Amino acid sequence: MIRLTNVDKVYPTRSGPVRILREVNLTINPGERVGILGRNGAGKSTLIRLVSGAELPTSGHVERHMSVSWPLAFGGAFQGSLTGLDNLRFICRIYGTNPDDKIAFVQEFSELGIYLREPVKSYSSGMRARLAFAISMVIEFDCFLIDEIIAVGDARFHEKCNYELFAKRGDRAMIIVSHDSGYIREHCTRAAVLAAGELHHFDNTEDAFAFYHEEAMLAA
Amino acid sequence: MHANSESIGMPLAQSWRIQRRVIWALFLREILTRYGRHNIGFLWLFAEPMLFTVAVTALWTATKAVHGSSLPIAAFAVTGYSSVLLWRNMPSRCIKALEPNLSLLYHRNVRPFDIYIARLMLEASGATISFVVLVLFFHFLGWVDFPEDFLQVAAAWCMLAWFGASIALFFGALSESYESIEKLWHPTSYILFPLSGAAFLVDALPAEAQHYVLMLPMVHGVEFLREGYFGSKIVAHYDIAYMALLNTIFTLLGLAQVRKVSRAVVPE
Repeated sequence: MIRLTNVDKVYPTRSGPVRILREVNLTINPGERVGILGRNGAGKSTLIRLVSGAELPTSGHVERHMSVSWPLAFGGAFQGSLTGLDNLRFICRIYGTNPDDKIAFVQEFSELGIYLREPVKSYSSGMRARLAFAISMVIEFDCFLIDEIIAVGDARFHEKCNYELFAKRGDRAMIIVSHDSGYIREHCTRAAVLAAGELHHFDNTEDAFAFYHEEAMLAA
Repeated sequence: MHANSESIGMPLAQSWRIQRRVIWALFLREILTRYGRHNIGFLWLFAEPMLFTVAVTALWTATKAVHGSSLPIAAFAVTGYSSVLLWRNMPSRCIKALEPNLSLLYHRNVRPFDIYIARLMLEASGATISFVVLVLFFHFLGWVDFPEDFLQVAAAWCMLAWFGASIALFFGALSESYESIEKLWHPTSYILFPLSGAAFLVDALPAEAQHYVLMLPMVHGVEFLREGYFGSKIVAHYDIAYMALLNTIFTLLGLAQVRKVSRAVVPE
């Protein structure tokens, strides 16, 4: 289980502190898949980073009683001057996994061929996305945090990703941030909406979408 | 059981295991990003400080540098300049160290402290290997004798490394909040080099100057090291308790600042 209790996040800016999240409460049970909706800049990625532990809340508590992935997104969490293979080895070392039996999977899934041994900064964004996703699937977690992961790539690649995530890891908990309503409808058991720093919970995704659209209209 | 299950109140042994794993991963990554796989690769780790020391030794020999003792210049330079490289490069590498590593902070177990420690370990190993190899090499050439007291040299080396690490943590973490630290460190380290005891023996200075120069903690370390190395041939002036006190103060300030940065840092 993951539990956020009264989490606040404040960022300092030149015009003074800005509160991105206020009094956020969220509980994720094993196997639950929760979608997070919100307009650009609503704090969705901040929320994901707080859940992952990459950032600490200004106040409140984050408890993790199951293993939680880093925020899986296309691009981030890699070192450009290193090769794809070095990045794979680095991630495996950090999470205490042996990289040797993972190389074949990453090579096959990412379809990078000889480029796996070239620096990541020479990759196209599509290649980067394939590497990022392949490496993300190398470490097993009880809960995956997914931040706009289907933004890049062609349909066939999406299909491969979806198979890895939702077919092979269908029993895991997930928090999914996406603008794609179809994606959230299809894969989430419930959804929550971030608006003005507050997280509104809904038992089913349709209610969440209704609220989200209404809120978006009001803001427009 | 999946990798890295974690909750509040994780046993200390497990935290320690994760920390060691992360620091080792960062250490290897740091070697790769800094030295790459081209030409001699990671050998640059100690080839670079060795070249520095050899160049300074050559320069001081050529100019017959006055250092106020009858010690051979090579012996003087290798003990003095190696010490400077040890404590001076650590802050240089830790200042603004987080920026190129921000993307790694997406991984919960990678904290700013680990990034600093990995860089400190790398600097310390480079300077140490360079020092040892040069002493062996100069000994082989017949330019220097081995230390009279190995243990004291090792202890002095550790004191200097501790000093370097403590100011590196402090200035490194401070540079994340105050950009001017980066600008100020260069002139400061430049001025500190001639004052650090690398190029003179405290005993050769006038009493008045001794008093001032002994305010600098690294001077005590270098004097202690030289006494261990040359023993009876020189008169050393040092107060290791004073150096340890300042090291402790900088370490505590440094850890506090790192903690502050860790709470505020935003992965990229």
